[in-house]
Order: sequence, then C-alpha cells, then structure tokens
Amino acid sequence: MSGACDSCLRRGYLLGLLSGRIAGLLGRPGAPCALLALGDAALASAVGGKGEQEALAFLGRFEPRRARADLRHAGVAAVCQHHESYPAALEDLNDQPAVLFCRGRVELLAAIEAEPAVTVVGTRDATPDAIEIAHDLGRGLGVAGITTISGMALGVDGAAHRGALGARGATIAVLAGGPDVVYPRRHGDLHRQIVESGLVVAELPPGQRPYRWSFPARNRLMAALARMTVVVEAGEASGTLITADFAQDLGRTLGAVPGRVSTRAAAGSNRLLREGAAVVRDASDVLDELFGIGFSTAPIPLAEPEVDPVDRRLLDAVESRLDIDGIATFAGLPVNETRAALAQLETRGLIRRDGLFGWERARPAR
Amino acid sequence: MLSVLASVPTFALEGVDAREVTVEVDARRGLPAFTVVGLPDTAVREARERVRSALLNSGLEFPLQRLTVNLAPAWVRKAGASFDLAIAVGVLAASGQVPPEALEGMAVSGELSLGGALRPVRGALPIALGCRAAGLRRLVVSPEIAGEAALVGELEVCSVPSLTRLVDLLHDRWKPDSPSPRTSRPVGPAAAPPDLADVRGQADARRALEIAAAGGHSLLMIGPPGAGKTMLARRLPGILPPPTIEEALDITRVQSVTGNSSGGLASERPFRAPHHTISAQGLVGGGSRPRPGEVTLAHRGVLFLDELAEFARPALEALRQPLEHGSVDIFRGQVGLSFPARVLLAAAANPCPCGIGGDRCECGVLTRERYRARLSGPLIDRIDLVCQLAPLPALALAADSAAGESSAAVRARVVAARERQAARLAASAATCNAELSAGATRLLVPLTAKASRPLAAALDTGVLTGRGHDRVLRVARTIADLAGRQRVGRDDVAEALGYRAVAPGRTAAG
Repeated sequence: MSGACDSCLRRGYLLGLLSGRIAGLLGRPGAPCALLALGDAALASAVGGKGEQEALAFLGRFEPRRARADLRHAGVAAVCQHHESYPAALEDLNDQPAVLFCRGRVELLAAIEAEPAVTVVGTRDATPDAIEIAHDLGRGLGVAGITTISGMALGVDGAAHRGALGARGATIAVLAGGPDVVYPRRHGDLHRQIVESGLVVAELPPGQRPYRWSFPARNRLMAALARMTVVVEAGEASGTLITADFAQDLGRTLGAVPGRVSTRAAAGSNRLLREGAAVVRDASDVLDELFGIGFSTAPIPLAEPEVDPVDRRLLDAVESRLDIDGIATFAGLPVNETRAALAQLETRGLIRRDGLFGWERARPAR
Repeated sequence: MLSVLASVPTFALEGVDAREVTVEVDARRGLPAFTVVGLPDTAVREARERVRSALLNSGLEFPLQRLTVNLAPAWVRKAGASFDLAIAVGVLAASGQVPPEALEGMAVSGELSLGGALRPVRGALPIALGCRAAGLRRLVVSPEIAGEAALVGELEVCSVPSLTRLVDLLHDRWKPDSPSPRTSRPVGPAAAPPDLADVRGQADARRALEIAAAGGHSLLMIGPPGAGKTMLARRLPGILPPPTIEEALDITRVQSVTGNSSGGLASERPFRAPHHTISAQGLVGGGSRPRPGEVTLAHRGVLFLDELAEFARPALEALRQPLEHGSVDIFRGQVGLSFPARVLLAAAANPCPCGIGGDRCECGVLTRERYRARLSGPLIDRIDLVCQLAPLPALALAADSAAGESSAAVRARVVAARERQAARLAASAATCNAELSAGATRLLVPLTAKASRPLAAALDTGVLTGRGHDRVLRVARTIADLAGRQRVGRDDVAEALGYRAVAPGRTAAG
C-alpha cells in the first residue's frame, strides 16, 4: 500500500529540517504555499543563511534506507506523489506535498478516490450546539459510508472525528505536525483511536511539532482531499475560513451550518452562506449536495434508548436545556424527586453533568 | 516605708481568649519617675500620661516616688490601652490610697480618660470568662460593657463609671448597681431578619438550602445574575437552628474581641459575605498582631462567598484548613494562636462568563471550560451540594400570589432533623452530619442493598469517585433525617447524588 521514492522522501525530511526556519521566514499565517511550491534547492536558497548551508549538506548526505527503517520503526507509512495510493485530488494543488506521512489505515487514501470525502471544520471554542452538530455530521456521514476529514483540533474538529468513529465510519485527521505528534495534547485518546480505526496524515515527518505556518498548510490539504468542505461554526477571524478559501479556490463544494445571526461566534460561517455556500443542517444535506437531491432515502437512524414516559420527558427537558425547576415542572415531579431521577439517568449514561452545572444529553461515543 | 509593692490582675486578648496579666507596681523612694516594663507597646507606654492625669483630675494623689510598673508575664506582648485602669489601681494601692485587702480576688480592665472616666475595652466576654477561669470573684469594667461581662455567671461584675467611684467602691463607700446580663439586642434598627417567604420560585435552591441547613453541608448556588443567590444566602442564618447558649457565647466572644459586639448575647448567627477581592489574610486572619479573618467572624454562622470564581486562588486555598478543622491556627514569631472557624460555607457563581446560562448563552466550550476550571479550584471538593437557580422572568417577580414558605416553617424541619442527628451523634465528636468522619460515616449511615444500588452504579460507571462517595452518604443521611426516616433509602441516596458537586472533567471540547 505504501511507498515513497528516494527524492520524495528526501523532500519530506528536508521540510522537517527547515520547518523552524520557514516559521521565521513567514511569520504570518496564510502565505506558506508559494514557498512550498519551490524545488529543493530553491527552497533552501529561499530560506538562506545558515539554513541554506544545513539544507544543502542534508540533501547531500540523506540516506533513504535509514529513513525508511526509522519510519518502519515508528509505524509510519510514507506515500509519495508517484505512488498509486497518493490521492489524485492533491494534484489540484500547485504545491502538493511530495510525500504524505501516514499512520493507521493507509487504504483510506484509496477509499477517498472511490467515494467522495467531506471535510468538517470549525472553531475550537465552539458553542455546545456546534459541537453537537459536528458530532452528528460525523456520525451521519459515517453511517452513509462517507469519509470524514478534519484537523483533530479541539471543538468542532474533534467532535466530527468522534462522531465518525462512533458510527464506525472512516475518518482522516490531517495534522499540522508529524503524524505521531499529538496536537493538541488533550486529544491523545482521539489520536490513538484514529490511528487504530482511521488514518492520520501529515506533511511533516515524524517527531515534528506543528508551526504557525503549518496550520494553514495543513488546511490546504484538508480542502484538497475532500469533495466538499463544511464549516460548522466559525467566527470572523477563524483559521477555519482559510480552509474554506482553499476549498473555493480549488473548485470544491463549500457548505456551512447556519448560526444565530446575532452571535459573533457564527459570523464567519454565516458570511460564507451569504456568499453562496450551501446550507448544511445535517448529514443528509451534505449527501444531497454531493450526490443530488434524493440520493439518501433511508433516514439516518438515531440511537435512542429505551426509557419510560417520565424519563422520556426528563430527557426531552434536559435536551431543551431547561433549568432544574423547569425540568421538574415539565416532567411533573417535585424537585427532590427530579434530582434523584436525573442522578439515575446520569448513572445510566443517558445524560451527564454539564461541568459543574446542569445536565446535558450524553451522546454515545462522544 | 521605703517601698510598697501592689499587684492587680487584668487581661490581655489573645485571639478570642483572654490571658491573665498581672500588673505589679513598685513605689519606692528616689527621684520621681514612672517606668513601664514587660513588653509594652506604644499605647501601653502612653498609659503613664493618662494615668497621671486621670489620678490628678479625680482629686487623687499621684505619688512623687520612683514608680516601676511591670506587666507579667513579661514575655507576652501587651498592646492597647486596656491596662490603664490596672496601672492606676496599682499606683493607688502602692501609694496607700486604697486598702490593699479590698483588691483581693478582683480584676480590672478599662481605658482611662484624662478626666478619670472609665472607657470600654474590647473583649468583655472573653475577659469575664478568663476571670472566672482564673478563680477571681470580681471584675471591674466600664458601664458600657458590664452587661456583656455579666453574661458570665458566678462572677460579680462591677459597673464603674470613673476612677473616683472605684476608689469609693474600694473603700466600701459606694456600691454599683449590679448590671443585668443582656441577652437581646439593645436599641437600634432592629431589622427583622430576612425571611424565605420573600423568595419566589427557586424550588431547587430552596430544597438545597434546607438540606444544607439541616446537615451543616456546604452549598454552591449556580445561577445568572439577579436570580437571587445573595438573597437566598442571606436567609440561611434564619433557617439554621437558633444558637444554643454555648454557641451564642462563642459568637459573642468573637464579636467582642473584634469590636462588633452589640453589648449583649448574640441572638442570631452571623452572616459574613466578604467581597471577592479579599486577601488570604483577610479571609482566614493573620497579620503581625494576628487578627481574626472573615471565617472566624462567621464562626457558628454562614460564610458566603459570592462570585466564587473571582476569588484569588491563594485566598480559597487558605480556607481549606479552617473548613476542615473548624479552626484557624496562626503562628507569628514565637506565638501560636487558634481562632475558632466553624462555618456553614455557602458560595455562589454565574453559570458561565457571560452569566446568561441556558440556551441563550453564547460562550464557547473552551471559554466555559476555562471558567469552570477556575471555579473548580481549591474549594470544589469541600462543597457538598450544588444547586441551580432559574433566571426569573419579571412577571414572576411582580406576582405576589406565589409567596414561598416562611423561614420559620423551614427552620422547624431543620431543627427536627438536627435533633435526630444529635441523638445519633451523641457519642461522636460531630454535631451534624456534615462533620462526620469517613469512618463514622460508614458506621452511622448503613445502607440496605437496595439503597446502595444507585451509589454502586454511579461508582461503576465512573460518575462518582471514591472521594465523593462519603459526601453523598452524608447528604443522603441528612435528607432522610429531614423526612424523619430511620434508614437511608434509595431515593435519599439518588437525590444526594443529584446534588453532588462534580469537578468538571473533560467535556466535548477535550
């Protein structure tokens, strides 16, 4: 499945060697791509100074066999642009990566050739609503057999991956650092799960930490890999919008989930809608957009637990985010019994504490 | 007569206790001088001027002798003007102006004005208690504080307005009226304590308040601004059992040493609500001359921390020990002090930084999480109950139809629950369920298999940690006590589970 020719591999490691200097050279996000389009020698001279000497020395002494042994040891597969597994979609980029460093099920790269994939992105500091929507999107796409691509960031990204994993769907995380570097650190468990049953892809070689420039660079890959990009929630200054820009530039379909008009949290995604992005409410909207209206006939099943009528009313009340007094009134119970009943539902895993405060519906495999 | 020695007992305040200090006055022939030794501070040294003037202005004689005043024990630092009277009496005795035998078994405490009038000092109650403990029969204080001192039985408290009167008393030429111990508040704006009937709605918070009061459990109220968190907290003292005589003495003693005394026995539990900018020292006490902090001022009452998330971490950190031990230990130099600090902790916080909460809130998950992390700081594992307050629509506030239950009705249930606890806890050191130790909890709160099921399930699924387990048991015991049930049932446990505090773990963002 995997393989990389010597020169591509060398290019990948060269990028790793220069990654810190590229950061110093650019300093601001959004502009890495012209640089990444340069050839090895041109890249080295663009970096200049000490970095150039180091780069030239490295190019001369690079040992592909040792690099391959290291990759094998780290459980990382390298797929270069000349290999058959390399996604053709990336060739739309004028600065496609020479090599992709992969951990997990490399065959997912082939799968997105056969069936279109969807990139789901959004802000890290998302509202609970957006988290829920991203999770449902991932789950719905997973059930429909569509690969969900995202960036494994906090907030929307992570929720989309988890949704897909929960539905046993395919999911690809495109990382800004090396494929084995967990970023953000808190997503260690998610990283492990994706390596196990999905795929982690990176442009930088193993061990490389992400740099400021490598996030927009990663965003271009997410946009290119998918047939459609869906922005779940983005503020006006969100990095997510970079992914949306790339998707539009590459001629991919762009969708966005509508947010409340009065909130700043959804200002960016709402602007995309105003500018013509497709309205996405759930996974079936995405399928309609990809395959034409009516493609998905079977409704995506919701996993609903068996509960008695009182508990059902309690669950509905929790879902509507009523406060405790409201929940009690809605369920027709005195408050003390309400507290007790909620504790039981929590124990059953149907609801959970929303931090210190009230309760919220718990979704499976979140 | 070359020299005469007189000694007069008086008291110095140390924390909320009074330490006996003996004022010795040595008068001998020599160049006239007046020295004070025994670690006096500036105010004590200035006593010389006050004593001299007070004596002369009272028509008494200031001896032209070499006077040495020693305050024993010499290693205790003496501060303030409360030694004036003892020094003056010592000088009178040393110069033969009062019969020495009249001083037998008598302590004095008071500040002097230049005209010879007695001024009140702080800490009348602890001084009187100290007097009784030291086996003294009589205590002379100014009339303002005599009522407070007279709260202590088996002690003759003499209410003396001036030095002249004191000399008359010592010569048996005059007898003061014996002051009546004051047990109620003196004149003043006798504001009726706030009543729970003023609170509309908020069933969840009312229930939590009742459980907290019944078992002495700490409470955290979460609700948007204006929902009535402070209003509810202020009503906590009114539903706690009225203080017993012992507790009232405790409360008065603290008020007395901090100068907040009403002049009589406190009839209500204190309610302290320090602002969130308070320092650790302000909260638990301290300083080079250790002063009690808010937690001591709230002793036997309610300490209310509004905007819990805004308090400085070190301040909350410092609260942990007092909350656990019921006292604050302060060490300064060679002196160790202990202030009492048995409080019911009530705290309040907004549900999220924007304060709106519910489905109108616009805070992102990371923002919320950061806020919760701040809130979950050092105190959250000391909180037994967390309740929620609903934002009240303006209509509900205006409608006067749905008046809540009155404080008196709730207090009756609380008192009944406390009595059940007292019967059960008679043998142990605890006075309410919240004070039960881990061992006592398991011993005194046995669960049937059925009742323990919710707990076991919660432990299994990781909803509850081992640490929270005992806390839930104690609250469940209180809930059963409120309902008058001998045994803790399944519903009691489930309800306690529902009110427990959860340190925020990973949420959707993590």
